[in-house]
Parts: sequence; C-alpha cells; structure tokens
Amino acid sequence: MMQSNNTNFQNHFPNASTIRRFQLGNGITVLAYSNMHSKSLTVIGMLATGSAWDQAGKLGTAHFTASMLMRGNEKMTFREISDRLESVGASLSFSAGTLNTWFQGRSLVKDFPMLLALLYDNLTSPIFPQEYITRLRNQLITSLLIRDQDTQERAALEFDKVLFKSHPYALPVDGYAETIANIQRHDLTKHHSMYHPHNAVIAVSGALPLQDIESMIKGQFDQWAPKKESVNPVSTGFEAIIEETRSHIPIEGKSQSDIQMGTFGPSRASADYYAAYLGNHVLGQFGLYGRIGRSVRNKAGLAYYAFSSLNALPEIGSWEFNAGVNPVNVEKTITLIKDEIRHYLEEPLQEDELEDSKSHLIGRLPMSLESNAGIANALLSIERFHLGLDYFQNYASLISSITPAQILEASRRYLDPEKLIIISAGVEK
Amino acid sequence: MQNDISSFQLSNGLQVLLKEIHTVPIVSQWTWYRVGSRNEKAGIRGISHWVEHLQFKGTEKFPGEKLDQVISRVGGIWNAMTHLDWTTYYETLPANQIDLALDLEADRMQHSVFDEDEINAERTVVISELEGNENDPLFRLNSAIQSKAFQFHPYSHDVIGTLEDLQHMTRDQLFRYYQDHYNPDNAILCIAGDFNITEVTAKIERYFSSIPPRSISEENIPVEPDQTNENYLEIKGPGDALYIQIAYHASQANHRDFFTLSVLDSLLAGPSPLVMFGGGGISNRTSRLYQALVEKDIVVSVSGDVQATIDPFLHTFILTLNPTADPHKALQAFDKEIEKIKQEKITRQDIDRAIQQAEAMFAYGSENITNQAFWMGYSSIFASYDWYENYIQNLRSITDTDIQTFAQKHFAFHNRTIGIYFPTQEEDHDAIQ
Repeated sequence: MMQSNNTNFQNHFPNASTIRRFQLGNGITVLAYSNMHSKSLTVIGMLATGSAWDQAGKLGTAHFTASMLMRGNEKMTFREISDRLESVGASLSFSAGTLNTWFQGRSLVKDFPMLLALLYDNLTSPIFPQEYITRLRNQLITSLLIRDQDTQERAALEFDKVLFKSHPYALPVDGYAETIANIQRHDLTKHHSMYHPHNAVIAVSGALPLQDIESMIKGQFDQWAPKKESVNPVSTGFEAIIEETRSHIPIEGKSQSDIQMGTFGPSRASADYYAAYLGNHVLGQFGLYGRIGRSVRNKAGLAYYAFSSLNALPEIGSWEFNAGVNPVNVEKTITLIKDEIRHYLEEPLQEDELEDSKSHLIGRLPMSLESNAGIANALLSIERFHLGLDYFQNYASLISSITPAQILEASRRYLDPEKLIIISAGVEK
Repeated sequence: MQNDISSFQLSNGLQVLLKEIHTVPIVSQWTWYRVGSRNEKAGIRGISHWVEHLQFKGTEKFPGEKLDQVISRVGGIWNAMTHLDWTTYYETLPANQIDLALDLEADRMQHSVFDEDEINAERTVVISELEGNENDPLFRLNSAIQSKAFQFHPYSHDVIGTLEDLQHMTRDQLFRYYQDHYNPDNAILCIAGDFNITEVTAKIERYFSSIPPRSISEENIPVEPDQTNENYLEIKGPGDALYIQIAYHASQANHRDFFTLSVLDSLLAGPSPLVMFGGGGISNRTSRLYQALVEKDIVVSVSGDVQATIDPFLHTFILTLNPTADPHKALQAFDKEIEKIKQEKITRQDIDRAIQQAEAMFAYGSENITNQAFWMGYSSIFASYDWYENYIQNLRSITDTDIQTFAQKHFAFHNRTIGIYFPTQEEDHDAIQ
C-alpha cells in the first residue's frame, strides 16, 4: 500500500522519468505513460489537418471526413467495426478542429491491441461508402438544425465570426446545413488524402508496462508510410478591435437568452499566458464563477451561470464572458460584466484573492490526472504546446511566481471594456 | 469491513461508508440526504433543489462568501445535485484537507442561515435555471411525459419545480423543509480516497456525533397505480428537429426486474453509463433500435435510459427525427422491434455482451475516486452498497426466459406514454393535446 504523503503531490505526477517520448520513422511523436492502478488504456492523438483546409462553400468537409472514418475500412464494414468495439465495451471516435483532426479510444487492457488496429485501419484506409455518406449527411444536417435553435451555440458562433473575421477560426468546424449538403464523396476522399503521419501525435496512458505500449504503437503505426505534407492554408492575420460591436441573434420561443462577449486573448505560447490565466481565474472562475459570478449570480440573482474563460489557441486566443439570463435582463447583465472588467483593470489583485486562486489551481492538478483520459489529454497538451515533460513538476512554481503586477499588465494588454464584442441570442425584448 | 468497505452507523443514525484508495493523494466526500422531488407536494414543487442552492449561502461559521471560497482555495472541487430521490453534496480535495470537508458538511447539516435576502436573490437564479432548461425541447417533452405518466406519485414533476411554486415559496417553507430533512438520521456520509479508516472514523465521530437526530415521520408518498391505457401527447414549440419520447413504467432499482430491464435496454438502445464520472462513452451502433431505425434512415438517432430509483420510475427511449420525417412511421418501426423482442428469445451471447459492456464501464468508472465515493452513497439510497458490488453478478443471473417474460409484461401498450415534439416557428406553449 502506498503511503500517504500529501505534502508532495508532485511525486505522483507523470514526469520526464516516467513519461516515455519517442518518434517513429514516419514522423509520429508518441508519449506513453504506464498507469498500473487502472484496468484500461486510453489513446488519444491528433493529425495536422482540419477545417482550415475546407474549400469555400464546403465548410464542414474535415468534420464530415472524420465522422466517416468509423463507417467502414478496407478490412471491415461499419457494422463489423461497431461490433468489434461495442462487444467488449471499447470506444473509438474521430473529430476535426480548425487546425487538427483528433482521435480518442479506450478499452480494457486485453482489448488494446484490437483498439490500436482499428484506429490504424480507420485512419489510413477508410472506404467512404456512399450509403453512409448520404445517411451521415442527413444526421449532420439535423444536428446543425438543432444547433441553430441553441442560444448559447448561436451566440458563440456569431462571436467567433465577428472576432476572427476572415481567419478560419471565425468559422464553425461542423459547417452549415447548406455547406454540408454540398459535400460529395470526392471531397471527403480528397480531404482524407491530406492525412499523413508527419507531425501527428499519439498519447497513451494505461495499465501496461511502457515497453509493451511502445512495441504495440510501433507495431501498428510504423507501417504508415510518410507522404508529402499538405501545405498549410493561407490564413489572414487578426484585426484589432477598435470599438464596441454589439449584435443580437433573434431566436423565437426561448425562455432564456445567452450572452457572449469578449475580445482577443493570449495564445497558449504567449509569455503572458499564465498571468492572464490566473487573472481570469479570479475574474470569472474561482469558487462559483469568481468576481463575475458574485456580481451577476450571487448579488443580482440574474443568472444560473455567468463566468469568464480563456480560449488559448496555438496562434492567438480569445477572452470570453458568458451568461444565460432572462431576456429582460440582458442589458443589465452586460452592464454588470463590463463594470467588473472595469474594476478588474483599475488596480492589481489583492494578494489574498490571488493566493486563493493559486492554491486552487495547484491543488486541483491531481484531480485532472486521476484517469487515463485525463493523463493522455495532458500528455497531448505537453506535446502540442511544447510544455516539457516535467511540466507537472514545474506547474506549482510556475503559478506561484506570477505577481499581481504581471496580471494587471497582461490583462490591460487584452481587455478594454469599451472595445468588446457583445453578442446576445434569444427572443427580442 | 466487507468488500474493502467500512460501514457503520453513529448513534444519531448517520450512516457512514468508507473506502481507502491510495492511488492518488485525494479524497472524495459525499453527503447524501434522502430527500428529493419524490418528497414534494403541490405548492412546494422544486423545494428540494432550491434548498440545495441555499446550502451554499452559508452558516455563522462559514458565511456565504467564505463558504464559496473555502473548498476552492485548498484546490478542491465541490458541488451538489438534487434528483428524484436524493440530494447530495460532494467535495473532492487534497487528502490532507479531509477535516475541512467534514467540518463544513457537519456545520451545514444543522446551521444554515437561510437569510431572507439571499433566498430572494436565489429565487431568480433558480428561475433562470428553469428558463435555461425550458430552452431545450427535450426538457419540455420529458416534463409533459412525466406529468402524463404519473397521476399520483410525485415523480410526475421535474426536480426543478414549477414556475408558480418557485415564485411563491416562502422562507418559512424552505427553512422548515431544511430542518425536516437535513438530519443525521436521514443522511449517508461516504468517503473514498487516500486516508486511514481508523483515523477518519475518529474524525467523523468528532464532527457528527453531537448532531441530534430528528425522528423523521414516515412520509405518505402516494403509490402510482398500474397504468391501464396508452397515453399519447403532442407538443408544438420552437425548433428544427422532431422528437419522439416513449416511456414505459419501469421497475424500482431494488427489484430483480431492474437487472433484467438493464440488459433489455442495453440490447435495444445500447449500454446506459450508470456511472457519473469516467464511465460511459460506449456507442450504441449495434443495438437493435439503432440498426432498425438509424440504419434504415427512419430516425437520425436513438437512445434509451433506465434510472435507478426508490419507486418505479420510467424506462424511456428518445428518437430524433428530421423535421420533415413521419413520426408515425418511426413509431411503427419502433414497435416492430419491440414486438420482436417480445416474441423471439434472445441468445446467451446477447446477454453476455451486455455484461461485458457493463464490466468495461465499471472498470473505467473505478479510475476515478470521486466516482467510487459517489457509488457508495448512490446505491445506498435505493438499496445498499451490495447492489453496486453485486451488479454484474446479478446481470449474469438473467436468463433468456427472464428477458422474454419481462419484455412481454413491460412493453405492453397500456404501460406506456408516447410524446411527440413537433417543431414550429410559431411558439405555442399551450399546445399540449
């Protein structure tokens, strides 16, 4: 039995001596962690292609392609793939983002070789049966129609559109009903031809020794022949926000309206990322949604949820403020959030307030690393954002070293309450 | 100690379950109260959930704002949930902070302030939560189904309550409800994680043993008589998808039929996760209804749901259709599959498959200490921890004959309520027929 040693959490975290990182000859980077406390394994990963490569008028192609990967490969039909997984309680899924295509699978230990084989076959040799293209298209369009009625989703979509303008981040990865309707089989196969192992990352955590994980990954993925890399699509830059932008998306028959407001935030690689991250935690996360929660929910009683968040992407980020309120309280809530931002930017955070957030962020780290999925996701982030294999060892000192002055300086660099994009969605009031 | 669980009761009636797990230096504490919307009557629909919100507003020792910070600042996560049969509060935090969680829960078991101003501010928060729920067509459809399926039993109402009752409930009603139900003899305390049972037992004694019991009078919860006719309802509302919900009266969790039902549901609509943290995630593409409805382009998705409850609740299926699809064609195809399972015996292989899926989900769920603590209390609400421990074994004991016999009884037309949500751009809240 392991002895309790609560004062030294870091000993339990994956680190440079317990994470095995290696590269395959075809360019795939692998990070593996052995977690013998569990009975299963999780594999997750990403490829370097996504919706940014979608053609005009066919937005959603990357998403459609990823969704089709489970619908049959050169060795097995959709039914056989599903049967293989479901009969043993395993799972496997694929999805697309703006710059990447993602995969995630999970199984009991005994079934992990089968899971890896399916992952490989589905990634490299999908057959895109026309029957399933038609069926999936119908399913995707229905899900987009449902999205159109979701106040939170609609506010978020409009926010991205206004903030990122002509950059691919402005567009929904899953497209629109009319663009999904345009996508044909050759669009999917063409997009799939951009899947290549170079720059791909695979992360595995679970109940096998490291050498077993390594040999299984190599045995399966070494055979993926490298291809010519797809050229990154040309992306425009980002335009600074020079004034407040306000718009409302009318959706009839809704009891609640959603507000999304915000502006640009730091990228994950920015030097001021951690300062902004901590500042945001005080502003709209700590306890029940930080200062914004205290103002909008606790004192004014206007909303069940009201919070802020940082969405840090590889090139840039967004700093977002959300609330769900009765339609008559939309303007009042926007004013309260702007007041809180104004107050936040006036003076440095109080030391005790900052210490609370620091100790929370440091203390909760073990909880995010409890499960294999949590560990595998963390390993992927380490590779994606170049955080270093000792990231979890260094995390506490990284957070502890941030000062109120650094937070204020970073926050003022991004936030201006007079230059926010403000979107609401719901009934007109 | 049994099955690595330590279970005992304090003299004031507090039931305690402890489980040492030393994989990571955290503990998860869950405090369960045997009160939920099942205990509510007309005029106070939603009171259990509202009281749960007010439990975050503070005591003299842990005033509101401090209470909001006290767990977070040590790196803990905490929250609460209210359901049909229970209300529960949990804290998952570094193992060396267990005293804080014990102190806090013992304190708010008896000393919550229920300040009038706080109550009024929270009234609008709860109403906002209700309004958020009402944005979802499936919430509205499910509410209508519950209301139609139960004529007498309080399961007829949503946990969140009714707008009218939320607008009119008073501080006295809320406080009395708190006093009546938040007592050690109506509670279960569960802790899992990195601790020593002997040491934690002493701490529990220290924090909880002085809280006096308050004998709870047996509540007269109406028994729902057997449904005798098929119910049917339609709702029109905003949206761009058509939904069908089919709900059959089901077995309570503490009944052998519940395990038969779990296997049956798994065969028809795929495995239900049953676990809250870290389980689930298995697709249902080989399930009979997916094959018959989705693969035949009749619906775009299908799901099933079975909930473990004290009294018989509902076994539901939800079909999502393209707005131009014919719901009656979907219902016919659904009924055809149901009829098959009533007429034809399933194979042992089918049952074994459902068991393997359940085993995998239990394995995934056990990676998470919070989830393990959850199960100790959750299963104790409607049965005992043995229910959880023996779940797989009970599934194994189900035979093909059990399934067929049960299906013939369970899937009777007169045992179900069908609801259809028709999307329209013209809002019509009262269009329930």
